[in-house]
Amino acid sequence: MKRSIWQLPRARSAAFAVFARNFLVWRKLLGPAIVLNFGEPVIYLLGLGIGLGALVGDIGGLPYLVFLASGIVASSAMISVSFEGMYSVYTRMVPQKTFDAIMATPLDIDDIILGETIWAAFKGLLSAVAILIVAALLGAVPGGWAALWALPVVFLLGLAFAGPAIIMTAIADNYDFFNYYFVLVVTPMFMLSGVFFPIETLPEWMQTAVLLLPLTHAIEVIRPLIVGEPVEHLLVHLAVLAGFAVVAYYVAVALVRRRLWD
Amino acid sequence: MPPVAPKTSPFATTQPVISARGLLKCFGELRAVDDVSFDIPAGRCFGFLGPNGAGKTTTLKMLMGLADFDAGELSVLGHALPAEARAIRARVGLVPQGDNLDPDFTVRENLFMYARFFGLARHEVAARVDRLLEFANLTHKADARVDQLSGGMQRRLTIARALVNDPEVVVLDEPTSGLDPQVRHVIWGRLAELRARGVTLVLTTHYMEEAERLCDELVVMDHGRILDQGSPGQLIQRHVEPDVIELRGSVSDGVFATLTSMALRVERHGTAVYVYTSAPAPILDFLGQPDGLTVIHRRAGLEDVFLHLTGRELRE
Repeated sequence: MKRSIWQLPRARSAAFAVFARNFLVWRKLLGPAIVLNFGEPVIYLLGLGIGLGALVGDIGGLPYLVFLASGIVASSAMISVSFEGMYSVYTRMVPQKTFDAIMATPLDIDDIILGETIWAAFKGLLSAVAILIVAALLGAVPGGWAALWALPVVFLLGLAFAGPAIIMTAIADNYDFFNYYFVLVVTPMFMLSGVFFPIETLPEWMQTAVLLLPLTHAIEVIRPLIVGEPVEHLLVHLAVLAGFAVVAYYVAVALVRRRLWD
Repeated sequence: MPPVAPKTSPFATTQPVISARGLLKCFGELRAVDDVSFDIPAGRCFGFLGPNGAGKTTTLKMLMGLADFDAGELSVLGHALPAEARAIRARVGLVPQGDNLDPDFTVRENLFMYARFFGLARHEVAARVDRLLEFANLTHKADARVDQLSGGMQRRLTIARALVNDPEVVVLDEPTSGLDPQVRHVIWGRLAELRARGVTLVLTTHYMEEAERLCDELVVMDHGRILDQGSPGQLIQRHVEPDVIELRGSVSDGVFATLTSMALRVERHGTAVYVYTSAPAPILDFLGQPDGLTVIHRRAGLEDVFLHLTGRELRE
């Protein structure tokens, strides 16, 4: 009679109906979405890559624009996924009660959260594709077509970040709560995980610390793929990302159940 | 008042579509649903009547597999809860207390999208969606966004959405709360149509008129318990005298005492006095046409049963 919030999720292909719902809404608001996806990276890459790059010169044998572009592909996916998993999922779960409506159909929270997770990762993928296109036009993708191999990794990165964002949503009382996560989690990763400078320049203890962060592992794979270098420790990095994705999905399902189940 | 044991429904000629035995649901110390048992026969309209906090909504959520219960047995359409909740929800439609339509979609898109959650593709439900738009008088608004609809239109769309999977049972939580009388009458008409088609309706309400018009059978709930169960007519017969004389204005203690001796039951609530009787004529003669007092003579209704069973104190 009593369900445990910790019972293993049994999500099914029905989760794609949730993905489809979000996709159809997104398609209606395509204009602003494209401005955001393309406008921001152009400004970043031009401002920092070319402006700051002129001062910095090469980093690790790469022109700064190339170094930065490959990092921003990953960090922008992280930020995009985090926004989707917090502000947008919260909107659907709390004020809009979309989850309540879906829960009256055969779908369970397991399916809803899986659909939302895949959708958030897809949003991250879109922003990464936009940056990759801009970077290619600026001549900052030396890896050529092989750089497209970075995209599945970006998707995995998206899955790894969707869960933690939805966990925050499950325990949030209002939108302001997400400031904690952005200031304490997203921004430090953005600054320290190797987007703007190689992690080797950090003090040794910090290098160890940033290896616990998923963004570091994503960049360790994505950057060489984009610049056309061999990837080291590929399986370790992918395993860390997959581990984050699986554990965070499970915890997110449990906490959303705790919130929405009577 | 002691709990009343569940009775066999006079309509129970076939297997009930919903059967509950000894349901218990606690929120901490509070017994929100306390030893509730009922059978809902197929094709009938079954109502849960009770004040706020009586446990009606929680009971409906249990039927949908949306709320756990601490003890008891519950089955819907032959499926046991909570294990087979998904199979049940595939064949049941829910009209929740508050509308939760998708504001990003048009009226028609809301129906198509909802069908998709039931695994029904667009082409499978295209004809049904057109029929539902007609049923809800929303054909002319099919391409309008939800936020462009009035409250009554949104409610009709929510009801249409609950029918998109062609359900055998439709569960409605206060279907007409907060709507104006015109809309309410339209919705009552539509619900009667559904019932005539053989759909089983389960609803909660605190509108007595709604319960009297729609429900073949109802239970009166309070504090999580079922106080009594029967058709509206049976409940009125069982609990209140056939006639009510309502006096509005100041009634002196002397008059009150005389009324008490003449009637079966006299109650004072606020500024009104209620006289319950089976012989109204002598009382009306006695009252005559008093100054400063409004005398209303009417048949006893479900509201009198409701107030008799659940008391008159405020629920907040």
